[in-house]
Amino acid sequence: MSQRKVLQGNIIVAKAALAAGCDFFAGYPITPSSEIAQYMSKEMPKMERTFIQMEDEIASLGACIGASLAGRKTLTATSGPGFSLMQEHVGMAVMAEVPVVIVNVMRGGPSTGMPTKPAQADMMQARWGTHGDHPIIALYPAFSDEIFSETVRAFNLAEKYWNPVILLLDEVLGKAHMDVEIPEPGSYEVYWEKTHEIKDLNIYDRNLGENPPRIDFFHGYPIHIDSLEHDAHGWPSFDAKTVDKMQKLRMQKIYQNLDDIIRYKEYFMDDAEVMVFSFGISARSALAAVKTAREQGIKAGLFQALTIWPFPRAALQERFKKTRKVLTVEMNMGQMKYEVERVAPCGVEKQTLLRANGMPFAPAEVLDAIKEFAK
Amino acid sequence: MRDYEKYIRYRTFPTPWCPGCGDGVILKSIAMAFAELNLDPDDIVVIAGIGCSGRMPTYFNTNTLHTTHGRALTFATGIKLAKPEKLVVVISGDGDATAIGGNHLIHAARRNIGIKMILINNGIYGMTGGQVSPLTPPSFFTETTPYGNIEPHFNVRKLLTAAEATFVARETVNRLMQLKQVIKKSFQHKGFSVVEVMSNCHVNLGRRNKMKSPLVMTKYIRDITMNMPDFEKLSPAEQASKYPLGVFVQNSERLEYTDLYYNHIVPAAQQTGAKGEK
Repeated sequence: MSQRKVLQGNIIVAKAALAAGCDFFAGYPITPSSEIAQYMSKEMPKMERTFIQMEDEIASLGACIGASLAGRKTLTATSGPGFSLMQEHVGMAVMAEVPVVIVNVMRGGPSTGMPTKPAQADMMQARWGTHGDHPIIALYPAFSDEIFSETVRAFNLAEKYWNPVILLLDEVLGKAHMDVEIPEPGSYEVYWEKTHEIKDLNIYDRNLGENPPRIDFFHGYPIHIDSLEHDAHGWPSFDAKTVDKMQKLRMQKIYQNLDDIIRYKEYFMDDAEVMVFSFGISARSALAAVKTAREQGIKAGLFQALTIWPFPRAALQERFKKTRKVLTVEMNMGQMKYEVERVAPCGVEKQTLLRANGMPFAPAEVLDAIKEFAK
Repeated sequence: MRDYEKYIRYRTFPTPWCPGCGDGVILKSIAMAFAELNLDPDDIVVIAGIGCSGRMPTYFNTNTLHTTHGRALTFATGIKLAKPEKLVVVISGDGDATAIGGNHLIHAARRNIGIKMILINNGIYGMTGGQVSPLTPPSFFTETTPYGNIEPHFNVRKLLTAAEATFVARETVNRLMQLKQVIKKSFQHKGFSVVEVMSNCHVNLGRRNKMKSPLVMTKYIRDITMNMPDFEKLSPAEQASKYPLGVFVQNSERLEYTDLYYNHIVPAAQQTGAKGEK
């Protein structure tokens, strides 16, 4: 039986992580994400799972990667300033191809910014925060049931593609208590590739676009994992041909599996003349606004991105064949609007509703913007 | 084939170290300690950060992990927590361990998590070409102290003792058998252990300080180091420029972190619940 409860967003994330089999958490306290660590510190020992509070966020993600290489399903949770510190090890996880889920409950920035106010301003940091070319997966739920399902999906994608997955929330979603349906275990997919026996050192050897197999320490054959660019054995290698191949292997495991990774929701889009593009807390206001607009006879629709990175390019392009007006609503000074603009063909009118002052959009504000734009 | 050679991954040779570097001695002494304890190579993981020391794991035929600068201890913490029964060894240089990784060092010591750290002290950033480190002796010339080093260096022994480390020792690359013995002893210790190894970088430190050959530099290391009883006879002024050797701290009474977590916290959580819950 599923259970209907009123829970804080952060707690939904923690419950979903445990449901997905997360058995290792390392974190460092930071507003507005601390409830995730607190809940884990209380529940994980009861389940013989591991919780540790580290000395900083760099150490937290380091510990997660280490535990992941020793066969655990790992999670860490933070907010902007901590996410900045973690970038060093986001790159390490990408390079070594280690699954780990990182929750970033976004707050006002830059720097220490506004710890208790929401923002959606780490969208580009989630994509490009760590140095070098790298693939990344970032998910951003908006509604309470999605917080649960996207958290489980974050673990599944991390395990499947051996890549860090960033789960974005904002201060409102993290802190607000909401009505949520906790699904019955077994009613959702939990991906868990049992470690196969490692028989040779060709741990990174595979074809372009293939998911890598799970590689762990202590499975019968000592292996080497490196933060340096490496060959199929994991040995450091700067040979141009080898590097070229490894870069492509890492990228293509994501980009050849977009159908599996990209999720989005469309509301009233079939005959929409004005498309609102939004995500997270802004998408909730946008949905309310779109419904009111419909009542008032305006043909508005909502495209809500659940997968932020890789960007749902193809799905949007399909919509732009009919819908020729797009209004991007986001709580920042303009970040995802650039992605929308890149996708939108000539002739599509682009408008934005942007704000980064810590105040979420009220549905009425989005409605006004839709009305103005629909004229 | 000698018994320790099964712990060496010859196929990854040659090493990137300069001829005469102390790192080779340390590599061998660690492998010898593995052999004496007759460990299964798959039950060991060797982890390192960045620098000349950072490349050492590649040459062990055990599970090995090359990580980011100064953070080896954080990865080791995750691995040790996930698999407490495994031998988790961290190799770190002086810049790696006491500069960029200084915070992780004192916290690992404070936690007493059963990681075995080999801290290679050659007093210089060697891989990047010879810049001053937190363990470079005062007045030494380096690429970034062309007028002499004006900063005092950390006293690793005192730093770790203050951080409540339960095993602290120091040896030099001049004494292979003693070094192997101390490393072996640290592997047998349950909690967090640090063996500081005084090593020579004649290329990037010695060369700029009139010690450009490995022989001259290892003689210098011999002259500045002495066993603890001899060190204690010196006046405080004389002690300032000398390094005592031996095992300084060995405390087996304090419980190791993973032991505390899995054998005390987990049962307590299952039986009585968190504070104020039941």
